[in-house]
Amino acid sequence: MLALVGLVVLVVGAPLRRARRGDGSRLGASSPSQPAAGVERSSRREHDALQAARAELEAAREAKYREIRDTELDYRTGKLSRDDYQAIDADLRAEALTILDRLERLSSTDA
Amino acid sequence: MAGLGFACLVLALVVCVYGIAASLYGVRSGRVEFSESGRRSVYALALVLTAAMAVLEVAFLRNDFAFNTVADTSSRTTPSFYRAAAVWSSQEGSLLLWAWLMSLWSSLALFLTRKRLRDVAAYATAIMLGFGGFFVSLMVFYANPFATTHPAPPEGAGLDPLLRFPTMMIHPPMLYSGYTLCTIPLAFGMGALLARRVDADWIKAIRRFAFAAWLFLGAGILLGARWSYSELGWGGYWGWDAVENASLMPWLTGTAFLHSLMIQEKRGMLKVWNVSLVLATGTLAIMGTFLVRSGILNSIHAFGGQTLGVPFVVLIAVLIAGSIYLVVSRREMLRSEHRLDSLVSRESMFLLNNLVLVGLCFVIFWGTYFPLISEALTGQEASVGPPWFNRYTVPLALILVLLSGIAPVIAWRRATLANFRRNFTAPIVCALLALVALLAAGIPEKPLALTMFCLAAFVLGSVGQEFYRGARARRAMAGEPLALAVLALVRRNRRRYGGYIVHVGIAVLFVGVAASSSFQHASELALSPGQSTRVGAYQIRYVRSTATITPKYDEAHTGSTLSLGALLDVTKNGRHVATLDPSEGFYASGEASQGSVGSLIGGQPVSHVAMDAGFTRDVWTAIQPDIEAPALQRIVKIGNSTLPPADAIVAIVALAHAYVTHPPQAQFHFIVSPLILWIWLGGAIVVGGALIAIWPAPSVVRRRVAVRSRARAVRGLARV
Repeated sequence: MLALVGLVVLVVGAPLRRARRGDGSRLGASSPSQPAAGVERSSRREHDALQAARAELEAAREAKYREIRDTELDYRTGKLSRDDYQAIDADLRAEALTILDRLERLSSTDA
Repeated sequence: MAGLGFACLVLALVVCVYGIAASLYGVRSGRVEFSESGRRSVYALALVLTAAMAVLEVAFLRNDFAFNTVADTSSRTTPSFYRAAAVWSSQEGSLLLWAWLMSLWSSLALFLTRKRLRDVAAYATAIMLGFGGFFVSLMVFYANPFATTHPAPPEGAGLDPLLRFPTMMIHPPMLYSGYTLCTIPLAFGMGALLARRVDADWIKAIRRFAFAAWLFLGAGILLGARWSYSELGWGGYWGWDAVENASLMPWLTGTAFLHSLMIQEKRGMLKVWNVSLVLATGTLAIMGTFLVRSGILNSIHAFGGQTLGVPFVVLIAVLIAGSIYLVVSRREMLRSEHRLDSLVSRESMFLLNNLVLVGLCFVIFWGTYFPLISEALTGQEASVGPPWFNRYTVPLALILVLLSGIAPVIAWRRATLANFRRNFTAPIVCALLALVALLAAGIPEKPLALTMFCLAAFVLGSVGQEFYRGARARRAMAGEPLALAVLALVRRNRRRYGGYIVHVGIAVLFVGVAASSSFQHASELALSPGQSTRVGAYQIRYVRSTATITPKYDEAHTGSTLSLGALLDVTKNGRHVATLDPSEGFYASGEASQGSVGSLIGGQPVSHVAMDAGFTRDVWTAIQPDIEAPALQRIVKIGNSTLPPADAIVAIVALAHAYVTHPPQAQFHFIVSPLILWIWLGGAIVVGGALIAIWPAPSVVRRRVAVRSRARAVRGLARV
């Protein structure tokens, strides 16, 4: 039982220990002040927001590619007329490019 | 050992409380290390509950009757397989199974989303740990699976004979996996609302888990139906029992969610609807769990005795109130991004399909809960039986099958009338051909059943057309042989073609249901050896009586002391079809007041049906031997008065001999049901299709597809 408790504490506490070690090494290098940790958290939050935006755009991109393929399959299996297919396909590709542009802008911001 | 198990539960509770606090603190303060620690709490919960489960399994396998659950549901004579599975045949053990499975699935969900949806996942973690904490609390404070009695009894009561059936042992883990998987999308749904992120990434994260929940729940429901048909003595597979209904409702709303999720993914529409569906599905799963444990049901499925109703009612009330608050307060961010392009589109069909599915769920909900509420308020027993359910569900099921045939042949966004006509010709022809063939074959006119058969033919026609045209298009582009073209088509479009296969499975299943319900021949009568009867096109003759005594002849491990049955010869048009041996098992009751012999056979008898299953029909038989016959009861009385318990088996042998040599009339139940096998076959097809739809493409293929798609997207615009 003690071994299990120890394992649980190890598993659950690992991120906290990592963060403390990270904060400790930073504080050792500069002045021992809280604002440094605060700035670190703030930039981490920004990074997380960027990551979230990227993930959202990547998911939207995959969904849009799937829609383009589905539309082409609908056309090739006779569910869409040529005119309808071209109109919808153009819309979808334009939407896809918008997403790709936003992803590229995000990448350059992140860089 | 019991102490170790209970200590695991307490540790699990502590982990849940810590994890909830850490996750919420982490997400509110932006301190990622606490959110991460909260996520790891879920892994730790899975670890601790695995240890607890292992302790209980070992107790069962070692016949440690100091454990109350082991003493109540197992015995030395219970075969090892059933002993291992008996863990979840009690209230306490099933709660542990529920919590354990939930912790495993939650761990998997959080591991797979560990690099995404940080803020959503943190809230979802807290909610999942909330569920975990709830179930662990029930075990710690109300229903402890590690409760013991000292001194330990020398023998256990044994497993309920009704549960000594392989599918009945797999049915709870499958069903509980379905229920617990339903809580994952619910947790992520609430998390998304709390974090204000109901977007494409959220859909991608929960889609697979919603699908897995649907798959496991469906498989669990089918396994339960199979057990009901094969083991219980009434010959049916679905009785609109409250507990059956409770598992069907989240499956219906889950089906609706999987369809409307595609609309949100493509068109950014139905966000409120989808979020509401996912919350409703999770809540219905909890309500289903509540029904079985609340003590308000007297059902074969229910855990009798203890009532956990009040805690569950509180949890359900919190879920409903919380869901409504979140949806209403976040309605601005849930506005649709687009409108429907056309009423004649796949989106419209999916919307209609959603309305039908939710309508079905509502009908079943009303029929299930209204009598319970009415009885609780008025004190008078109220009941709603199969005729009421069938009256409303059958028409809705017909519409559902129709829509499942229409949707595959209609385009996303909009369909033109010319294409509409072209695409529906073949499926309609299939339906008409089916109607003509059925009428020409002299199938009796039952409008609803015939309609279902024709609609199923329509579905097969439309899906077959899709496969054919898709393969043809693939061949035109890639020049592959037909078989390879079909494989490549399915591999590249798993979701679409996996979904089509699911539709075929559902159609086949409904054909089985319609045929077996509408064209069944049944007969209940008393027969003596040598007598015969006609059931449908079959002649059934009672050849002779049979008797078996444990342990020597108990090959099926039924555990019955005495099994009385019959040998039946089934013929059709003079040709031998099958030999069947139904029996009824008589079990020990453990009641000394019944006498030394009476207590060996005084327990609840259990029917062991015999059937000849075929592709076109099942011949199903059950027997109720007359153990109360004077000649047999005389043996029991003499044995009770002259034999001590250690020698009572002698009287059982005499009973068996008397039954074989001078059998009294026995009551028989015969059923000839067409196409019952199609129900299980349809279910297997549904599972196969779902696995294809849910299977991820290999990452290399995904990257290649993404690169190709991007290049084509750019080229396409350059062309325009």
